[in-house]
Formats: sequence, structure tokens, C-alpha cells
Amino acid sequence: MYQTTYHRASSVDEAASLFGKSSEAKFLAGGQTLLPVMKQRLAGPSDVIDLGKIKDMIGVEASGDTLTIKAATPHYDVATSDTAKKAIPALAYLASLIGDPAVRYRGTIGGSIANNDPAADYPAALLALDATVKTNKRSIAAGDFFKGLFTTALEDGEIITAVSFPVPAKAGYAKMRHPASRFALTAVFVAQTKSGEIRVAATGASQSGVMRVGAIEAALKANWSPSALDSISIPASGLLADIHGTAEYRANLVKVMAQRAVAAAG
Amino acid sequence: MGVEGIGARVVRKEDKRFITGKGRYVDDIKLLGMTHAHFIRSPHAHARVKGIDSSAALKMPGVVAVLTGQQLVDDKVGNLICGWAITSKDGSPMKMGAWPAMAPETVRFVGQAVAVVIADSKNLARDAAEAVVVDYEELPAVADMHAAIKAGAPQLHPEAPGNQVYDWVIGDEGAVSAAFSKAANVVKLDVTNNRLAPNAMEPRAAIADYDAAEEHFTLYTTSQNPHVARLVLSAFYNIAPEHKLRVIAPDVGGGFGSKIFIYPEEMVALWASKKVGRPVKWTGDRTEAFLTDAHGRDHVTHAEMAFDASNKIIGLKVKTYANFGAYMSLFSSSVPTYLYATLLSGQYNIPAIHAEVIGVYTNTTPVDAYRGAGRPEASYLIERLMETAARQLKVDPAQLRRTNFITQFPHQTPVIMAYDTGDFNASLDAAMKAIDYAGFAARKAQAKSQGKLRGIGVSCYIEACGIAPSKAVGSLGAGVGLWESAEVRVNPVGTIEILTGSHSHGQGHETTFCQLVADRLGVPISQVSIVHGDTDKVQFGMGTYGSRSAAVGLTAILKAMEKVESKARKIAAHALEASEADIVIENGEFKVTGTDKAIAFPMVALAAYTAHNLPDGMEPGLKESAFYDPTNFTFPAGTYICELEVDAGTGKTSFVNFVAADDFGRLINPMIVEGQVHGGLVQGIGQALLEHAIYDANGQPVTASFMDYAMPRADDVPSFNLSHTTTLCPGNPLGIKGCGEAGAIGASAAVINAITDAIGKNNLEMPATPDRVWRTINAA
Repeated sequence: MYQTTYHRASSVDEAASLFGKSSEAKFLAGGQTLLPVMKQRLAGPSDVIDLGKIKDMIGVEASGDTLTIKAATPHYDVATSDTAKKAIPALAYLASLIGDPAVRYRGTIGGSIANNDPAADYPAALLALDATVKTNKRSIAAGDFFKGLFTTALEDGEIITAVSFPVPAKAGYAKMRHPASRFALTAVFVAQTKSGEIRVAATGASQSGVMRVGAIEAALKANWSPSALDSISIPASGLLADIHGTAEYRANLVKVMAQRAVAAAG
Repeated sequence: MGVEGIGARVVRKEDKRFITGKGRYVDDIKLLGMTHAHFIRSPHAHARVKGIDSSAALKMPGVVAVLTGQQLVDDKVGNLICGWAITSKDGSPMKMGAWPAMAPETVRFVGQAVAVVIADSKNLARDAAEAVVVDYEELPAVADMHAAIKAGAPQLHPEAPGNQVYDWVIGDEGAVSAAFSKAANVVKLDVTNNRLAPNAMEPRAAIADYDAAEEHFTLYTTSQNPHVARLVLSAFYNIAPEHKLRVIAPDVGGGFGSKIFIYPEEMVALWASKKVGRPVKWTGDRTEAFLTDAHGRDHVTHAEMAFDASNKIIGLKVKTYANFGAYMSLFSSSVPTYLYATLLSGQYNIPAIHAEVIGVYTNTTPVDAYRGAGRPEASYLIERLMETAARQLKVDPAQLRRTNFITQFPHQTPVIMAYDTGDFNASLDAAMKAIDYAGFAARKAQAKSQGKLRGIGVSCYIEACGIAPSKAVGSLGAGVGLWESAEVRVNPVGTIEILTGSHSHGQGHETTFCQLVADRLGVPISQVSIVHGDTDKVQFGMGTYGSRSAAVGLTAILKAMEKVESKARKIAAHALEASEADIVIENGEFKVTGTDKAIAFPMVALAAYTAHNLPDGMEPGLKESAFYDPTNFTFPAGTYICELEVDAGTGKTSFVNFVAADDFGRLINPMIVEGQVHGGLVQGIGQALLEHAIYDANGQPVTASFMDYAMPRADDVPSFNLSHTTTLCPGNPLGIKGCGEAGAIGASAAVINAITDAIGKNNLEMPATPDRVWRTINAA
């Protein structure tokens, strides 16, 4: 690791102010990506500003038809939150599948979506649930937030403070774990909003990161059941391929995981 | 057996320090004035080193030195050696290229060191390493074995034309041809045994400390065999003479074979400590472990098995290509030859076997012994062949094995090994009963009705352990003897120190070895300590690998114990005014049989050291040593059966049951044995389902981190159902066969046989990843 200066911010404003004073600062949330990269000397920020101890950024709350997860809430807290489990059980379930216990105790929703790994779990939920990303400057619809591999709509120094999820009528998540990293080899989140809209998002599959799957949404709109997808064929073009999964395999997984997510959603 | 004797499930003495974080590993050791080494490694799989400019680095803060491969040459430091000479079928010796500890001219795999920075801290050394400019001229590289042996392939070493190390044969080719010419059926199979990265929990590390006044070196290192390390470092590398080099292997966090070998980093640290006049520490990180710890396996094999009309095997022919990577590591040459092909008879009566093994250089990390070392490759091949044969011949796989089991012992195989004892039917029976083999068809039908593909796979493995009879291995080309040593020191107060030449890096010797003493003398194990891993404390010994520590190391301790007991008996008889023949040892006392006359063991010990009242002519003291050289290998064997389901939609495998019925001979501590089997099974399952060290065509490693290399986790494996069937090994007095590698040897075939049974297709390579299984299911 290169020399760096660590700051523990006590408020979002302080974190933003510290960032502004530094030449090459990085925000640290759970550190599940940034710290390994720093240890390998692939990143060398002058300053590391820790958001993880800002009390206002931790917690799970439900209000009316909205579930809000504050940005520095660890995955473990979401997975075990009665509030989350009651409002959107599929979301709590998703959190329980992230990484391994050590990752879930440290990793946060804000860190996950800010990093926007193409195989991360949370982006699929945000996109399928039409969530809103709250920052210290604005609100961003999930559909506008994710901009491709490791890229988001966040501006330099902008801090995610929370994510709010409209409570759906039904939702389900199914994940094929990457055998080594435990990211999603491919995972699919399906949701039926209270207004009847069907939204389906797949992660780990596309070379462009998390994606809506229109063909599956249309089929489920006509018939909300796993069998509605039996004749669907997902094209392999544009999908990721690596030693753990060919593009054809991932195409198959998009369909199979969607079927299982629908079955789980009921 | 007593509560702490042989056969007792004694809780491990060493676990207190391990579980509470008090273990003392190499990296925990800090010496005054210690410097830190960081190696500069080749990013290329094959390149010429045209120049190294360290001028900027040498000006950086805290930098002590930048040392290069040329300086090793200038100081006449020897190249790394391979300690087992193999002769090709044409009579020529194996063809080896030189392996310098740091490359002065040519790098041949990604991660090979070209220089080392020595600095006041590890971070400063890393900073400076970034300022060292290495001018590489990239050369064409080859990582695939078959590509490497083709005409026109990039050549690694001028000494080895065609990248061929050797072309070695064993067995009677004529007898095999004759058998095949009269075969009723011939079964053919191509299998790949995937390359694995060992991934011990503790990465390799070394601290070298040169004392200029005494001209003496101390090396703390992560070694499975510190005396062998000292021997090799002194005899071949011209760094330190043996009597001026102390090697200490303290707590070591796992080895699996990878810490047998003497690596460049340990050599360089030793040499550098004298050059810079300060202690030098190097602790590898996980990336360095992936790049430089010797890998395992990596065979490609074609095999054919001939059967007569009654389904008896009449012949076996095997052709194997073994990938050695870029250099011949310490025992690499023996792994695909004498540790592999000599086990090709499996548990079966095969009258004629012929095997040819072609060793190949590629631009990849060197390959050497990894848990099982050749025996997993043999067992996997034979057990996949047997399952394939059962399917082709349309007979029950268990019955086909039974038809061909060796039942008379001793049994001379056509490939050197002479099995001493075993009961293969017993372990097959036990495993079939444990898994309810008879009820499988009903369970498979039931699963099918729920849309699941269920399969069952049998694997009847045999291995050769207790490595090894020195004369025999010497005749086969080994550069060392493979006996073991022990010293039993009884202190004046009756506590006992056992000095063993074997080394514990997870095996639990500090407990099991004490259990032998407790068993014989009836003293509590708290009164016994095990001393190992320090060449200044312990007499020369050969270390731990090849499941040898109990069968060979503990037998050496037994031999020394017998000498101690004999002398103690004489002292007790003298003190009790009884005949030596009437003395019995019970519960820590030496008693005159049939009387109430007794003397406690500590009093015997005290008498030996006060020497006030010893028999005439007896030397004072109570300390004995022994060297034990086994007369044969030992032959652990057993049956593993795996039942699993395959998810046709995803190709994912889920275990239903996994049973293991092992014959390890006598068990000293069944709890520790179970732990060894669990760990071995997990490694075997890891090879079958998850693990694969992959290179791209240009020799770049694709799996150099845990983000890509899939290590098995607890939730990847089932709970295991273990049992033991026992035939005592006749080759050693304790009847021990060894248990350290069995799981890794037998498990892979059981898993693949079960998956191929489930999906109804026979051709499936390891690792059977969900993607690969799904594609196999859906292949035309």
C-alpha cells in the first residue's frame, strides 16, 4: 500500500469538505473493493475519507410504501433487518447472498452501487425496483444512475447518502454465485410494482453492467409465471465470457435465474 | 489404550496456541536490524533480460541494496536442483535447463524473480522496486503442453530440444500388446488432470541472519523438511556449509507439498543477509504464492484397458503428458513417474501394464508434489476408467471392481509396487452399506420425478505411503534416503522430550507422537513434549510429506522408546532387586510382576541421572536415538462413494451424501485422522469441482488471485460420513499405513463418476464447473 492519509468523517458535510481539500481523495465505505486495490498498489489515493462511521448514514427505515437503506449500512444489517425483511424480503435475501460473512459485515450498499461492479448484487435490485439514489446533492433514479462498467452518474466528490426503494407488489431474486469471488456469475431480480409494472434486471451477465431484460419483462407482463419464460431465448451477444462462464451459459442463466426469481416471488 | 494412548481421541495440544492466535510463524519473528526483501518479478512468460537499472532505486530512502541474478553468478551461487534422476526409454538422462534463483539472462515464467530490493521496511522495498527499470526483450512463449511439443514451438531450454524433459516408460509393452490382441473388450479414455495451486494458508516466508563473527547463518523458513533444506542449501548452492547453517521451521501454516522444496527466495535471502550484513526477511503475499509456489498435477492422459469375456482386466496401457512448467523443481521428476505410474494397478489384479510418460517444459510456474503427488493422478485415471468400463460393459460399477479386486497378499503388481496387505472388499462393502448403494436406483427415480438428475460415483483408491525404503528409492534415482530419525530424552525428573526429524505443519504431531509415549509408559501426555523443526536441536531427519510421519517417523520414535525402556527396565530391576525379565511397565510404574514391588518412572529417570545405584558398567543418563528405514511402502486404500444431484438448468452440483471407508492400518488418534480425511476430501472435491490454475496461450496466469481461483469453502462441500476398515500394515511394528493424502487421492474420481452418472454422459473434465456441466448436458 502506498502512503495515504486516513480521515474519519463524522458527518456527510465534513466528508464532502475533506474531499474538496484533497488532491486525490477517495471515499471509503466498507472497503471491500478499495482496500484490496490499494494493497495491490493499483490505487494510491492521497487521502482516504471514511464514511463508515457517520451515524446518519447507517440504518434501515420503512415509511409508507418506501424502504430506505442508508448508504453506509452493511449488507449484514440489511440481510437481518426485520424492517427490510417485512417490506421487501427479496432485497434482504439479496443482501444475505453477497460475498461471504466477512464481506457482509463490512461491505455497504453505498459502496457497492458507487463501485458498480458489473457482477455486484445490489444494482440489479435498484434497477428492478426502480429505486432512487439519494446523494448529498440530489436524487437520481436507478435507471439514470448506472452508466456501464464501474461507471455511475455520480459527480466527483458526490456522496451517496441513502437508497430508497418503492415497496413492490412482488419481488424475487435468484443468483448463480461466481464460484471464486461470490459475486453474481449471473443473477436476476424480478419485481412487479404496485402499479402493475414488471421490471427485470440482470447482473453479472452483460458486458455493459447491470441491465433490464425487456424480453423477460414482456413475457412476464403477459403471464407472471416461470413457465412464461420457457420459450424465451436470450441472445449471448454482448454478454460476459470468462473461465467460469461462457456467454451462452450466462444467456441461459439470465432465463433460468429469472424463472427462479419469479418462483421465489410467488 | 488408556485415555491418552494409541487409539484415543485426544484433543490436540497445539490447538491452544493456534486458536488463540499465539502460534509463532516466520513472519511473527522480528530480529534486530532486520531488513526486508521485495523481489522484482517478470511480467512476461518468456523474455530476455537485457539490462537492469537500479541507480534510481539505490538513491531512495531506506534502500540497502538491489541485487540481481548476475551477482548470484558472480558469487558462484549454484542453480536450483532437481533431486531425482529419471532416465528416458532411450537410456538418456533427463534433460534439464538451468534454474538460477534470479534470472541473469532469460525469464521463463510470469513471476520469476530477476532482482531483489533490500530496504529498511517492506513498503520502502516495494517503493524502490518500482524505480528499478528492467529492460526485457519479449520472446515467444508457450503454455500449453501439446503446443510446446509441436515442431516450431518456442524453445525454453537449449538442453531440452522439443521442450521434452524425458520420455520414460515402465512395464512390459509386449505383454500388454499380447493382452490387447486377445481382449473381448477394450475401454478407452482421455482425461486431463487439472493444474492446481496449493494455497497453504500461510504464504512462504524466510528470515536469514548472518553472524559475521561466527561466519554462521540462521534461516527461519516455512519448510516441511528443515534438514533437507539445510542439506540442499549447503551442498548445492555454495552459500553456507552445513555446520554453519541452522534452519528453523517454526509453526508452519500448511504445506501440502509446496513447502518441501527449496525456493529461490529462501536462497536469495540467505545469500543477501551476508552481502548486506543484516538480517533479511521476505514474506510472500498471496499473489506471489500463486505465481511461485510449485503447482500440482497437470497431466493429459490417454489410457486403454483390455478386458476378457468375464470382465477381468487383462491389460492396461497409458500414455501421459506431464507439464513441469518452466523448470524442474526439487522432486518434480519423480511425481509423474515413480509416484504415479507405479500405482496404475489400482486395487486390481492387472497382469500386464505399460505406461509412457513424457515430461514437458512450458512457460508456466514449475510443477511438483502436491498432496498425493502422482497418486491422485493415477487413482483418478484408473477409477474413471473403471466407471467408463462398467458403463460400456453394462455391469454394475461396484461389481466390476469386485470382479477385479486383488484378494491375495502380498501382491506383486507389474509396475514395481508389491502390496503388502489390504481388504478391498471390506472397504467397498462398508462404503456401499453406509450410502445404501442398493437403494440408489429408487432414490434416482424419486429425484427424477422431481426434475433432478441424481448420480452415484464410486472410487476405490490405493496409494503408496510411508515414503520410503531408502535402498529402493535410491535404485530408482532418488538423491536422498527416506528414513526417519528420533531421539527420546528422558529428563532427570521423568518428563520426556521427543526429538523428531519429521515436521508438523498442521498434522498434529505434538499430540499423536505423545500418545505413543503415553501408551507405552502410562505417563500423561502433559509430561511429554515434541521437539521438531530446528536443525540445531534435532538430529538429521527427512521431514514430513507423503503421509510418512506416523508410519516412518513414529516408528523411529518407537525404536528409540524401546531402547529407553530396555535401559529403564534394567535400572528398575537393579533398584528393586528383581530379575529384568520380571519387570512390567504399568501406569507409569515399573513393577515386579506378581508382587507389589514397584518404582515410579520418574524415580527410574532420577536414578539414571544420579547414577548412585546403577547396574555395574551401565552408563548414566536416559537418552536414546534411532533411525528407522522402512522395508516397503505402506498401502492405504479405501472406497469413497459420492451421491449428488445436478441442476440441469444451471449445471450446478449439490451433494446428497459422501461416504469414505478408509483402511489406514492402526489409528493413533482417530479424531486427527478424521480431520486429515476431511481436509483431503475437500481438496479432492476442490479439484473435481472448483480449482484450476489456468494460463492463457501466451503464458499469462489467468487465476492468480482468489477472485478467479476457486478455493473450496465450507459450504461447497458436504458433511462427510467416515468409517474405517482395518488391516494392519505388516511392514512396521505399529501397523500404521498413513492417512494424510487419501482424501485428496480418492475423492475426485468419486465426484466426477457421480456427475457423469447423473447426466448420462461420460466425457467430462475437471473442474466440473456448472458452466462445463451445463454445456456437457446440452452438447449434441
